[in-house]
Amino acid sequence: MIWREDIETMPLENLKNIQSERLKKLAQYVYERCPVYKRKFDAAGVHPRDIRGIEDIAKLPFTTKIDMRDNYPFGLFSVPRGEVQEIHISSGTTGNPTLVGYTRDDLKLWGEVMARAFCCAGAKPDDTIQIAYGYGLFTGGLGAHYGSLEMGLTILPMSAGQTPRQLKVMTDFQPRIIACTPSYVLYMLEEAKELGYDPHKASWKIGVFGAEPWSEAMRKEIEDGWGMLATDIYGLSDIIGPGVSQECHHKKGLHVFSDVFYPEIIDPDTGQPVPDGQKGELVITTLTKQAIPLIRYRTRDIVSMTRQPCACGRTSPRTSKISGRTDDMIVVRGINVFPSQIEEVLLGIEGTHPQYQLIVDRQAHQLDTVEVQVEVDEKLFHDEIKQMHQLEHEIKKKIEAVLSVGVSVKLVEPKTIERSIGKAKRVIDKRKL
Amino acid sequence: MAKQLTVFLENRPGRIKSVSDILLENNLNIWAFSIQDRGEFGLMKVIVDKPKQAHLALVEKGFACAIKEVFAICAKDKPGNLEKLTTLLLQNEVNIADAYGFVSPNDRQGMCFLEIKNPQKVDIARVMATAGFEILDDEKLYEL
Repeated sequence: MIWREDIETMPLENLKNIQSERLKKLAQYVYERCPVYKRKFDAAGVHPRDIRGIEDIAKLPFTTKIDMRDNYPFGLFSVPRGEVQEIHISSGTTGNPTLVGYTRDDLKLWGEVMARAFCCAGAKPDDTIQIAYGYGLFTGGLGAHYGSLEMGLTILPMSAGQTPRQLKVMTDFQPRIIACTPSYVLYMLEEAKELGYDPHKASWKIGVFGAEPWSEAMRKEIEDGWGMLATDIYGLSDIIGPGVSQECHHKKGLHVFSDVFYPEIIDPDTGQPVPDGQKGELVITTLTKQAIPLIRYRTRDIVSMTRQPCACGRTSPRTSKISGRTDDMIVVRGINVFPSQIEEVLLGIEGTHPQYQLIVDRQAHQLDTVEVQVEVDEKLFHDEIKQMHQLEHEIKKKIEAVLSVGVSVKLVEPKTIERSIGKAKRVIDKRKL
Repeated sequence: MAKQLTVFLENRPGRIKSVSDILLENNLNIWAFSIQDRGEFGLMKVIVDKPKQAHLALVEKGFACAIKEVFAICAKDKPGNLEKLTTLLLQNEVNIADAYGFVSPNDRQGMCFLEIKNPQKVDIARVMATAGFEILDDEKLYEL
């Protein structure tokens, strides 16, 4: 079924009218309510009255993660703080994290787009869903929760981890839907076999997997291993969390809920639009959000877009799976990690810029691992083994506190980290994504 | 006092060789060494005939390396001498941070390199002398 058939199957011309009306209102809304946007509009020489339709969107300036960081925590809010009902936080590049605030209506919107996403994946209102995304400041768990509430699904709010318990709950309550990261469902496959479960007898028939990039090879492994349909969901905390776009059972790209999240694909270097079918950076404008509306937000995710109609009947444009990033962010176990965060920790420890490298790996059917290699230079070196061990421990604890991801730290000899043209390569990603 | 070189090494094949290669290239002689292992990494402690030159050579090749002064204690090779040494240290509340030793079989001399924590600032040379142990000074160690 299609959750909002009126909107999701609307002729593109009508959709465009809605987008135009919403963008006009939005430009006026942020210009009046958020001094940061007023400054940005003024600097770009654009006034809300210049926005007469969705085609004028290119006149508006981009918003980036740097705007988020510089105006942390409340600078980008367009509503008084009393109207903010919920706050989530994700990684920033350095220093301040990225904050998302939701008004009551924003939470309603989140529930609605997530309900659209679950329906798009094939869920029906009388289904039971097992939510194994983390609950808490991470948007995955609660986003899926609100969508399930909106849809009327029976919810098993598991959060991530405790695999034997996940499998027992699955066996006892027979949920048809599972929502978690794709690497976690593969990890559970391995655990299930070890614990004596027959994965093909699992009740899960539809998976809604996201929060990290994954490949068609992983999809096949999940589908063959569990005997289920594995669909991709996309979103980012900065925008709303999960629920920006979702694959239908045809698995031919992710339907963007473009009446509320307007997508553009641009050349990341020039900022100019690229034609449909060509890869570029996904830029999103939140057309109806209230607390922190984002105008032309640079997601840094590389995708291509098509406006061809889909066999499922939905008319909104579809994007490809993410094929890369325009920055050095990596996603580890669903958490965004920037190498600059690690640099900041190391700088804090000895006041120098030691050479470091992240080795990200994923053994078959295992969760991601991160090894932080740090070169021991004269500033970090102690001639007592006890102090070297303490240093290793201190680096590990501080990095884990900043990233919210477990890491292993390896102290390496000076000049062992490979430099290319004088600059070290910060991330070695061995995962087959 | 003896000048001990402490070198940071990763725990993987060939790392000790890389240090001895550099020492050989510079025609330096190793008198004693010890390895402390801490899983993925370790420290190599080396006593050589020309510590400053060795330090420079290692740093130049990019090693994290430091010089530290340790006691070089000399005693006859006979039963009970380590017991005597440790009893003296205990009586003076001196804690041993690190120690390694060897015996020269030909002249029956025992040699111990000792790194200590000495909170009472006890005169170690005087204490050792009471048991007939000798602390080798720079002149005896490094006749230039």
